[in-house]
Amino acid sequence: MTNTVPPMNTVPPTNTVPPTTPRPALAITATGLRKSYGGKPVLDGIDLRVPAGTVFAMLGPNGAGKTTTVRILSTLIAADGGRASVAGHDLAAEPGAVRAAIGVTGQFSAVDNLLSARENLILMADLYHLGRRPGRRRAAELLDRFGLGDVAGQPISTYSGGLRRRLDLAMTLVGSPRVIFLDEPTTGLDPRSRRGLWTIVRELVAGGVTIFLTTQYLEEADQLADRIGVLDHGRMVAEGSAAELKRLVPGGHITVHVADPSALAAAAAALGATTVDEDALTAQVPGDQRGIAGDSTSGNSTSGNSASGGRTSGNTASAVRSVLDRLDAAGIAIADLSVHTPDLDDVFLALTGER
Amino acid sequence: MPNHVVTDTLTLLRRNLRHTVRYPSMTIGAVFGPVIMLLLFVGVLGKTLGAGLAGTGLAGGGGHGSTGLTSAAHPAGYIAYIAPGIIITAVASGSMATAVAVCVDMTEGVVDRFRTMPVSRVAILAAHVINSMLTTIVATAGVAGVSVALGFRPHATTARWLAAAGLLVLLGLALTWLAVAMGLVSATPEAASNSPMLIVFLPFIGSAFAPAALMPAGVRQFAEYQPFTPAIETIRGLLAGTPTGHTALIALGWCAVIGAGGYAWSLAAFRKPRAH
Repeated sequence: MTNTVPPMNTVPPTNTVPPTTPRPALAITATGLRKSYGGKPVLDGIDLRVPAGTVFAMLGPNGAGKTTTVRILSTLIAADGGRASVAGHDLAAEPGAVRAAIGVTGQFSAVDNLLSARENLILMADLYHLGRRPGRRRAAELLDRFGLGDVAGQPISTYSGGLRRRLDLAMTLVGSPRVIFLDEPTTGLDPRSRRGLWTIVRELVAGGVTIFLTTQYLEEADQLADRIGVLDHGRMVAEGSAAELKRLVPGGHITVHVADPSALAAAAAALGATTVDEDALTAQVPGDQRGIAGDSTSGNSTSGNSASGGRTSGNTASAVRSVLDRLDAAGIAIADLSVHTPDLDDVFLALTGER
Repeated sequence: MPNHVVTDTLTLLRRNLRHTVRYPSMTIGAVFGPVIMLLLFVGVLGKTLGAGLAGTGLAGGGGHGSTGLTSAAHPAGYIAYIAPGIIITAVASGSMATAVAVCVDMTEGVVDRFRTMPVSRVAILAAHVINSMLTTIVATAGVAGVSVALGFRPHATTARWLAAAGLLVLLGLALTWLAVAMGLVSATPEAASNSPMLIVFLPFIGSAFAPAALMPAGVRQFAEYQPFTPAIETIRGLLAGTPTGHTALIALGWCAVIGAGGYAWSLAAFRKPRAH
């Protein structure tokens, strides 16, 4: 699955089947998916194995091929090569059966703007042939669950982006899909709406639904996904859990800002700083204990798979404490201190090299 | 899911009817265009055009002897000649409005949602066609009503009225499927509103407003053999109470060809994914 193994890749090869005893049912499988537009390859051989009831996040920049992957897997377009099956049905042979099992919330709002939220949901219920009364009931239930009850009768044109996205997802759920594709579901949403959507995704997964998510945000993948695939130029350049991926990139760094050049020299010496910027009066050290030579806290156990998106792990916290202790001991006053944790840019630069 | 084609069509038709009611400007345009044309040709140009036609002895309501110079020079004489043409124009412009509606709909994300659902492909298009047919029928009836108000006095039996209505419905159905295909292949709603203009104006280069026999060579041959002329002549004959002869068969043949072609083209175009 890992087509390109970057030099700093310390993760064991990810194409080995995890040693779980009962083989989990796979909700999505793909081998060698290919798609070109005008002779230019957009997807260049993608392999996927997503176990049922898990969240798979496809991470990548604009143009990496994320949306194309979703459009192929959701039967909107045909692949030029390769095979894929969703919910146990082959995409090419049984597109109808695939459509009956999936729900898709695309990057662009897929609601009917001339209908109200309630009418949109009832339209979905009718198209899924739920029957008149159960269909109305399902619509009311979803309006309630997504906090759309108060605006249910208003035209969609009056809705905010967050409200619209919620309706979009509610429409996806009308048919109780077993596999849901979410193509950049939180792009353009404010933090509150984003968190609200994450909660919904977690509830769905708790109910046994499989989620295939694309995102540009490492934090989103970190929060939601069991496995993350990093897509670049139509190829999967790495795949693993959030913790595994983060080990692929150098840790973050701590930047100390001082008031004058003499303090900068002293601070750099005290810290053994790796990078010194004399114009900005800043000195940088690696943000985890691995990077700080002679640090005494290396026995500090860190558990879990956190450490990204602005949160600091035990590692980073002890590194900050160590930095402050050293500066204190050397009697250096600092103007400011900032901590940078690995983000998508770091993962990307590390995984794709100079391109 | 072929067993759900009818249910899905009705479900989606409800959606399209709501669109028509909530966003009626296209439909209103389809009625007003032909009505304005009618007012222009009868009220403004009627006297001149009627006199011109009367001089040739080709105008008039057919068999009831109204080809005399004085009566044809009166606007009421010319309206007897052009009303069937205007009614056909109403059918054409009503049908062609479908192209814009379909194109706009395709740019809405919700149609991509339908494509990822177990919804019959034909149902999505058929709902558009039925919706458009209903509005075209209302619009055409409106235009016919205005013609009568302006002095159009058809001499037709109930059976002939029904035959005329039936031919108009068939023509509308054929043109609507053609318009669906045009809407599907148009990149933008602007393009979708331009290309059907050719079809809306085709009756002008036929026998809608003046007999083909009076046109210059080349144009005349085109006017005689283009699809609208037999339809216009058939409607004119049915409403005037004169024999229609084989033009009715030719008109029906054209409807079948245009309709089948439009249907096949539409389905092929819809199955192809749109580039975003």
